[in-house]
Amino acid sequence: MITPQTLRARAEDQAARLPPLLARAEHLAGTVLLGEHGRRRAGLGDDFWQYRPVQAGDSMRMIDWRRSGRGDAQYVREREWQIAQSVMLWVDQAASMRFSSTADLPEKADRARVLALAVAILLVRGGERVGLTGSSLPPRRGNNQIVRLAEFFAIDSDEDFGVPEARGMIPHARAVFVSDFMGDVEPVKAALIKAADRGVRGVLLQVLDPIEEAFPFQGRTVFESVGGTVSHETLKAGDLRARYLRRLAGRKAELADLCHVTGWQFHTHHTSDSAQSALLWLWQAIGHGAVGGAGR
Amino acid sequence: MTLGALGFATPWLLWALVALPVLWLLLRAVPPAPIRRRFPGVALLLGLKDDDTVTDKTPWWLLLLRMLAAAAVIVGLSGPVLNPEPARGDGTGPVLIVFDGGWTGAQDWAARAAMADRLLAEAGRAGRVAGLLRLTTPEPVVFQPAEASRGRLAGLDPQPWEPSAALIEAAAAALGEQDFESWWMSDSVEYDGRGAMLAALEAHGPVRVFDSGRGALALLPARYEDGAVALIARRRDAAGMQEITVLAQGRDPAGNEAILARLPLRFETGAVEAQGALALPSEMRARVTRFEIEGQRSAGAVALSDDSLRRREVALIAGRDDREGLELLSPLHYLHQALAPSADLLEGALLDVLPANPDVIILADVASMTEPEQAALLEWTDKGGLLLRFAGPRLAASELSRSEEDALMPVRLRSGGRTVGGAMSWGAPKTLAPFSEDSPFHGLAVPPDVSVSAQVMAQPDPVLADRVIAQLSDGTPLVTRKRVGQGQVVLFHVAANAEWSSLPLSGLFVQMLDRMAISSLVERPEAEDLAGSVWAPVQVLDGFGRARDAGTLPGVAGEDLVQAPLGPDLRPGVYEGATRRLARNAMTPERLLIRAEWPARIPVEGLARAPETPLAGYLLAAALVALLLDVLAALALSGRLMAGRVAVVVLAALTVPQNARADDTFAVMATSEVVLAYVVTGNAQIDDTSRAGLLGLSDTLFFRTSVEPAPPMGVDLERDELSFFPLIYWPVTPDQPQPTTEAYVRLNRYLRSGGMIVFDTRDADIAGFGAGSPNGRKLRELADPLDIPPLEAIPGDHVLTRAFYLLQDFPGRHMGRDVWVEAAPLDAEKVEGMPFRNLNDGVTPVVIGGNDWAAAWATDVRGNALFPVGRGYAGERQRELAYRFGVNLVMHVLTGNYKSDQVHVPALLDRLGQ
Repeated sequence: MITPQTLRARAEDQAARLPPLLARAEHLAGTVLLGEHGRRRAGLGDDFWQYRPVQAGDSMRMIDWRRSGRGDAQYVREREWQIAQSVMLWVDQAASMRFSSTADLPEKADRARVLALAVAILLVRGGERVGLTGSSLPPRRGNNQIVRLAEFFAIDSDEDFGVPEARGMIPHARAVFVSDFMGDVEPVKAALIKAADRGVRGVLLQVLDPIEEAFPFQGRTVFESVGGTVSHETLKAGDLRARYLRRLAGRKAELADLCHVTGWQFHTHHTSDSAQSALLWLWQAIGHGAVGGAGR
Repeated sequence: MTLGALGFATPWLLWALVALPVLWLLLRAVPPAPIRRRFPGVALLLGLKDDDTVTDKTPWWLLLLRMLAAAAVIVGLSGPVLNPEPARGDGTGPVLIVFDGGWTGAQDWAARAAMADRLLAEAGRAGRVAGLLRLTTPEPVVFQPAEASRGRLAGLDPQPWEPSAALIEAAAAALGEQDFESWWMSDSVEYDGRGAMLAALEAHGPVRVFDSGRGALALLPARYEDGAVALIARRRDAAGMQEITVLAQGRDPAGNEAILARLPLRFETGAVEAQGALALPSEMRARVTRFEIEGQRSAGAVALSDDSLRRREVALIAGRDDREGLELLSPLHYLHQALAPSADLLEGALLDVLPANPDVIILADVASMTEPEQAALLEWTDKGGLLLRFAGPRLAASELSRSEEDALMPVRLRSGGRTVGGAMSWGAPKTLAPFSEDSPFHGLAVPPDVSVSAQVMAQPDPVLADRVIAQLSDGTPLVTRKRVGQGQVVLFHVAANAEWSSLPLSGLFVQMLDRMAISSLVERPEAEDLAGSVWAPVQVLDGFGRARDAGTLPGVAGEDLVQAPLGPDLRPGVYEGATRRLARNAMTPERLLIRAEWPARIPVEGLARAPETPLAGYLLAAALVALLLDVLAALALSGRLMAGRVAVVVLAALTVPQNARADDTFAVMATSEVVLAYVVTGNAQIDDTSRAGLLGLSDTLFFRTSVEPAPPMGVDLERDELSFFPLIYWPVTPDQPQPTTEAYVRLNRYLRSGGMIVFDTRDADIAGFGAGSPNGRKLRELADPLDIPPLEAIPGDHVLTRAFYLLQDFPGRHMGRDVWVEAAPLDAEKVEGMPFRNLNDGVTPVVIGGNDWAAAWATDVRGNALFPVGRGYAGERQRELAYRFGVNLVMHVLTGNYKSDQVHVPALLDRLGQ
């Protein structure tokens, strides 16, 4: 039952939540500054790139007569190629992401959203189009898109483990998937294969809490998922450690392998590490995937 | 109930221990409760089975811990006591605690008093009355409640004397009529009257003796023998070998109490005496005030010293020695003979002798003295010197002190003197008259055979009578004396040799000199010598051997001082008479220390008892600790305690890689390829950055040049061989440890043999080279022991600017200012037509800068830069320049002066062409 009052309260709640997320993402993105630069090759754009001699196939109207008037040869004026790339984000909103082992550490979801939003800000500043996978928020440019992204990131999902949204992929776009990838791996695999089919390349960023890497538990324990749907009881948690770590390593290897096959890049980030290093990696990974080294 | 040294107050409680096995079964049946935990990784856990299923029972060690806690509580409540006091009779009557109270028990006095205190406490608990009695100071026994007696106990001290027969008699009389039980704190040394005292006590009731079994050590009075101080220590039991040290205490030249000398003494096995001789310079010997056995607190272990150790310095001065060869007629011969055993003699000219400040100056037949001599002698006398003059032919013939009295003569003399009993005279030689009461010679027997045949005569004078201290039988003065300031002038009216009288031949002469305090007695004076004199105590000893100011203690008669036994009226100490000091010591050579033997009917207990210790508190505390451990263990078992995290940290700290790498593998790794190295600073972050930086540089070299380095290695300066590496990168942190001397030896060898160290202060050189910043200071500290040549900022034509790339500046992550390298030789000149100077041949051994190059170079294994550099594109350019600098560095160190030689290429080509 949505009454105006509750709607108002929820809206204020959401609005209150947005600025900090945005501010932190902006702050994070501020650490990576871009120069205004083009693609370093001829193409469609506003800026002058170079003169080149006329080649067969060039129409007469492409000749730059002012330049050609100064000599005997005819020249064509080329403009720098400026093209916007579409980058689609998917950030896991599921319950398993809303977990932090100690009060000092941020929740995984929090870190994932900040990172994704910071990348989005950087991309928008670089003139790229950013959106969400699926049909909810198609890639667009401009700062309004950042605000819309932030709104979508504020929505928590009730399911226990997130499933990548692979619909609505634009061919040859880029994609960024951020999740802990703790749930079933099959949907991830399907999403990546589907993306690869469409020529979409991108990165998988696995965000983990340090306790998930350490598994420092002892004694008789009942483990429950954050959503509470899955539980597992053990009498000696310490004995499970080696096997759990083996499974975790296997999961990582599987994802890395998957990325290798589909031309994606995979990285694991821990919430105890600084967000900046992850952002730097993320930025360079997308840049490397883009046209020939945006970082250089 | 007692169990060995353990006693229990409520032993029946121990029956509860039987119930422990039941507790075991109960505890064992209850498994720990599970803990619920949110954990997203649960999806990965699904399907994992526990290995064994029996662990839901409490583990055995936890059970054991709980059992121990329960047992400790039970035992603790049953009131265990370690070393419980044995019940000492069930008497209810009065108790008398008897102390010997002499110096022989001073060493163990504290233990004895503590024992007495325990006994009194015990008597107090039993409601008995108690009295105290010291045999050295017998006072009528007063029986008071034990607690009141306990209060008096602290005021009891051992006395510096021992119970004597008279004191024992007084003590027996002080016992009164009442019957009582006696507890006798024995000093365990035999003395006269102990048997009588025991009999007296037994007459009043049973006697129990507490005997420490330890005998006293004592030091006999010091004697001067054969040029050294003879010291004898005595002990009670002829037991095994024992070594002690005797301290000679006295005043140092500044007047402070100090230990002047130490003498180790050794009791041989089976001996009760230990002897030793302490050779001291006479000047130092004179300053010794007491000898004592180190570590002994008793009056018997102290030997006070008096004048008997002191040797006076006597200057002998004769007139002209014109009769050489006639020794027996020399005016000084008899003085020598009389004084040599007991005094240190000085001879020489008067003005040479005076600065030594002798105690006595003897002028034998000296009539004429020069003006300065006279003045100096007068001043010395005025300050307390004793000037002793002898007459003689020259004095008799001179005009000295004729018409008016000379300052250095006691009387005026008539001219000529007189001769009696000679061949040409009527009278017989005169004998000496007995010494008068006020004479210092009073009491000396006058031998009848001493005769005087010639003398100088004193002029009759109103003061003459006061100045005569010895006269002849006819009343003419023989010895006269005059006070001069603090000193005195004494004139013997006869010659010092045997020409004028037979006095120097007699024993009286020596005694007279002695009375004049010219010599000091080696042997103790006899009672007869001291009869009639009164000696005032200066310092007395207490029972522990501490010197106390005598205060108002009364004087002691001379004969008592020597003969009477020590007691309340005659305490050991230093006594002062008219001219000298005498010491009376607690220990005498006659006193032998013998173990006190008690009849078999007397029960004897030792003093050394382990104190009664209630253990209940400890046991209950242990139970608490065990329960606390149990809490921790139970938490850990159920996983509620994050002990794992702590343990991981601790384990990580413990298992810091011990670098057990075999030297061979290290060497093979370092030498199979070109390897860049960095110094391990101990700061993990810095080390990681160094490693990543060199990795990035190595990759760059690999891609761009023909140098293909292997992954970089960290070197530990303390252990690793450095000579394998062309270049060592050394980041400077303020907290890294200073290398040891051996490490510096290796570093210097490395630098001399062509290696290069790149020092990086990583602080952008903010404060200028080497100054200010903590890193800069640390760099100076680190580099100080290194063999580093003079440095200069990289000049524009240095090889580093063109070893591979052409560079003008050398940025790292910072765009710092100067980078420093070895200075070019002074004679380097720019050759005409060459672009560069002809610079030094070698490679600069150090490069010093602060641009944090490693951070600029740093990449991960995929080649992604780890640290942002600068801003945007300019930053990437800076990173690129940093890589270029790195490439130049490695090229420079690998190719040396090759690029520098390129300046000759045009000339070489020119020659080849011809």
